[in-house]
Amino acid sequence: MIEQRPVAAWFSHTVLILGVVVVAFPIWITFVGASHDAIRMTQVPLPLLPGDQFFINLKAAFVDGVGNAKEQSVGIMMFNSLIMALMIAVGKIAISLLSAFAIVYFRFPFRMMFFWMIFITLMLPVEVRILPTFEVVANFGMLNNYWGLTVPLIASATATFMFRQVFLTVPDELLEAARIDGAGPMRFFKDILLPVSRTNIAALFVILFIYGWNQYLWPLLITTDKSMYTIVMGIKQMLEAAEEAPEWHLIMMTTLLAMIPPVLVVIGMQKLFIKGLTETEK
Amino acid sequence: MIKRTHFKPSLLPYLLVAPQIIITVAFFIWPASQAVYQSMLLEDPFGLKSELIWFENYALLFSDEIYFSTFLRTVVFSSLVAFLSLSIALLLAATADHVVRGTRTYRTLLIWPYAVAPVVAGTIWMFIFDPTLGIVSYFLHGIGYEWNHRLNGNQAMALIVLAATWKQISYNFLFFLAGMQAIPKSLIEAAAIDGAGPARRFWTIIFPLISPTTFFLMVMNIVYAFFETFGIVHAVTKGGPAKATEILVYKVFNDGFIGLDLGGSAAQSVILMLIVITLTVIQFRYIERKVEY
Amino acid sequence: MAKVLIEDIIKSYGETEVLHGINTDIADGEFIVIVGPSGCGKSTLLRMIAGLEDISSGTISIDGKVVNTLEPKDRDIAMVFQNYALYPHMTVFKNMAYGLKLRKFSKKEIKVRVDRVAKLLQLEELLDRKPRQLSGGQRQRVAMGRCIVREPKVFLFDEPLSNLDAKLRVQMRLELRKLHKRLKVTSIYVTHDQVEAMTLGDRLVVINDGYTEQIGPPLELYEKPASIFVAGFLGSPAMNFLSAQISADGNSVQLSETVQVSVDSVNRQIIAEKKVTFGIRPEHFSLSDKGKTGLPLTVDHAEFHGASTIIYGRLQGNDELITVRLPHVHHINPKTVLMLTALPEHIHLFDPKTGKRI
Repeated sequence: MIEQRPVAAWFSHTVLILGVVVVAFPIWITFVGASHDAIRMTQVPLPLLPGDQFFINLKAAFVDGVGNAKEQSVGIMMFNSLIMALMIAVGKIAISLLSAFAIVYFRFPFRMMFFWMIFITLMLPVEVRILPTFEVVANFGMLNNYWGLTVPLIASATATFMFRQVFLTVPDELLEAARIDGAGPMRFFKDILLPVSRTNIAALFVILFIYGWNQYLWPLLITTDKSMYTIVMGIKQMLEAAEEAPEWHLIMMTTLLAMIPPVLVVIGMQKLFIKGLTETEK
Repeated sequence: MIKRTHFKPSLLPYLLVAPQIIITVAFFIWPASQAVYQSMLLEDPFGLKSELIWFENYALLFSDEIYFSTFLRTVVFSSLVAFLSLSIALLLAATADHVVRGTRTYRTLLIWPYAVAPVVAGTIWMFIFDPTLGIVSYFLHGIGYEWNHRLNGNQAMALIVLAATWKQISYNFLFFLAGMQAIPKSLIEAAAIDGAGPARRFWTIIFPLISPTTFFLMVMNIVYAFFETFGIVHAVTKGGPAKATEILVYKVFNDGFIGLDLGGSAAQSVILMLIVITLTVIQFRYIERKVEY
Repeated sequence: MAKVLIEDIIKSYGETEVLHGINTDIADGEFIVIVGPSGCGKSTLLRMIAGLEDISSGTISIDGKVVNTLEPKDRDIAMVFQNYALYPHMTVFKNMAYGLKLRKFSKKEIKVRVDRVAKLLQLEELLDRKPRQLSGGQRQRVAMGRCIVREPKVFLFDEPLSNLDAKLRVQMRLELRKLHKRLKVTSIYVTHDQVEAMTLGDRLVVINDGYTEQIGPPLELYEKPASIFVAGFLGSPAMNFLSAQISADGNSVQLSETVQVSVDSVNRQIIAEKKVTFGIRPEHFSLSDKGKTGLPLTVDHAEFHGASTIIYGRLQGNDELITVRLPHVHHINPKTVLMLTALPEHIHLFDPKTGKRI
């Protein structure tokens, strides 16, 4: 920057620190809540500093289970979330890579029709077609399993567009050189195109993992079996079950566990995350 | 659009697009067309018989005062969320862009709420504002303000706006910061030499230059507030008290799944589809314009 | 090692025809340069030989076999691209080995071949590097290496030196020439740079607007350009063209009412009083001896190039712009009038209507 007036610098830092505090405050409270016992969590005012029950609560969440779904361990819900997030991320990336490859590197009848069909999915978020989609999934017998949780979500216009954009920036000569070297279409895809777009794939994976992990409405609709609950919807079920006297210490522990994986992904892979976010959303 | 050279035509491209197309048709296009069809049916709650009534469901909706107020409420909610999260994010991004050291650290500390699921965010804020236990409501009680979002509709609305805004700040912040960092430093330096102070530089140089980002974010925020906040509403208020926080998406879900008014819910779905399509078209107009620069 | 035969090649995109029947045969081991201004269709021709563009009509055969419908990989050719097209994620070794790997060579054989070529091109130290860690000249050599390891029948070059800076370009030109002397593989080289074409090619094919203008060894094209286009395209500074008329006796041309130059009419079909385009290269003027007559040139300015001096001026009488190149350093002030002699054996005459040489 051009000039640095101490007052201005102090002001800037104050604003930013205030922002960080506001952003972090809810998470702090969650952590504090997860580290006290049930009795302390019913006494007003609630604590602002952490207690010593964190690991006891952690064990309770994992081993004993929580909510009225006592038999339902947080571990199983996290596992379900993980499977769902991975299947959605990998599935979306796989089918989008393939269709982008077809659309960019082949000229074939109905190419544009397929392109527009994929484009349309952009305009049909799950929220606007809840009931009929539910019916389709029910007819396919995909309720209460991982397929039903993930397959209806893996069509992706944004991912297809992003890969199309990436492929279009790959120089034509690379394909020509590969053809002269003797590579067929799938060879070229595997040996050249995938490695060349690997950072884009990784960036998209980060975004889609978070997207998949945080799915709420969809699992809520198609899982009725407790063994298929994901952690994000499990929290809601816990709240619902304990309308009278919520076990806040366990709910906060579960909440904390529900956000740790995606938050770690964002912070740990910040560069990829930002790349993924800014590239898919344009 | 397409490469100069391509592979020879064969069956392969069809196989390549097949998975995407099959899923699109089965889970997107077919259900959407079903929604349109159902929106013209009168069905009894048990799905035993149905009758084609064309646009009567729509007529019913448009003459329904409850639907109209839901619509209005959604607009108010979305505008509040968009305005608040954009303003706060803009302030934070401008200051983070301005400081010499620590931009990256601040960025790290500010972006992670993006990763928190809406329903999780809702749960936490609900806990903080719990009328009997919550820390903030205790504090408010201390200064003589009674907080009970379970009874007070305005407070309930304020709470979901707060939770939705909190979650969206990081997204907006990231895009604003990226936009500002893309402005050539020489431009800012030239303005400084011309005698513009930091505030003036922001409003006359930086803000106009990031206006495409601002526009893009505005659309994205409205989409977010319209659709992705379902989890927050569902966790925090369930649309209550007395429908004070029932937004369109929640109503579709509620009327269809809980109320089993299939035709009415489908008609609402179709209206939501039209809203998304409009927003998408606006978005693409904007992208086209951006390309021309 | 192979002959390449190009017969009546036509390329059209929809209604637009961009190549209008090109014919050339390229001898075994020959280095042929296809040269012309950008957009003339020369790259298209090369890409058709490579199999990257469809052939609208005509035939291309390599080593006696028609390759029109063969895939690029089955034509036994290798190509160096303008931007090198190195695989960015592969090391130099893997870049060179990829084509062999796809052709199912054994690991051992691949290693032997790549090492041999790496040695030839002084790439041994760079085999483990990725393309982005290489300089422009090094990338260029890797692109060459990738072709050489395959030991193809024909090398194709698509403006391979145009992304290098001037100094490196001269150096790589020399290396290319040496390499070709050593490997003796039939090479087809496309460029828009006439200096590159003149220095590299055994023969040149000059293409303009999708038509062949002239085919022949560089010196022949320089000394006996078949058309105004070839004459103007080859040589720098470019040839001077003046409109003129042949005198009544057919032994001289009239440049203006007062200026006339005698021409060597041997081997020329001179038609008396015909309008012609008179062409002479800047280096084919000499200063007339003092007092003698000649072409009077009013100097606008002079550039000193060290070994020669280039003079820009106007011909007295018709005000046409003329460039003259004189050996050694001459100090000439603007407005000076020089008397020039045009060497008769270097005078070119063209038909102004067809552009063809007379």
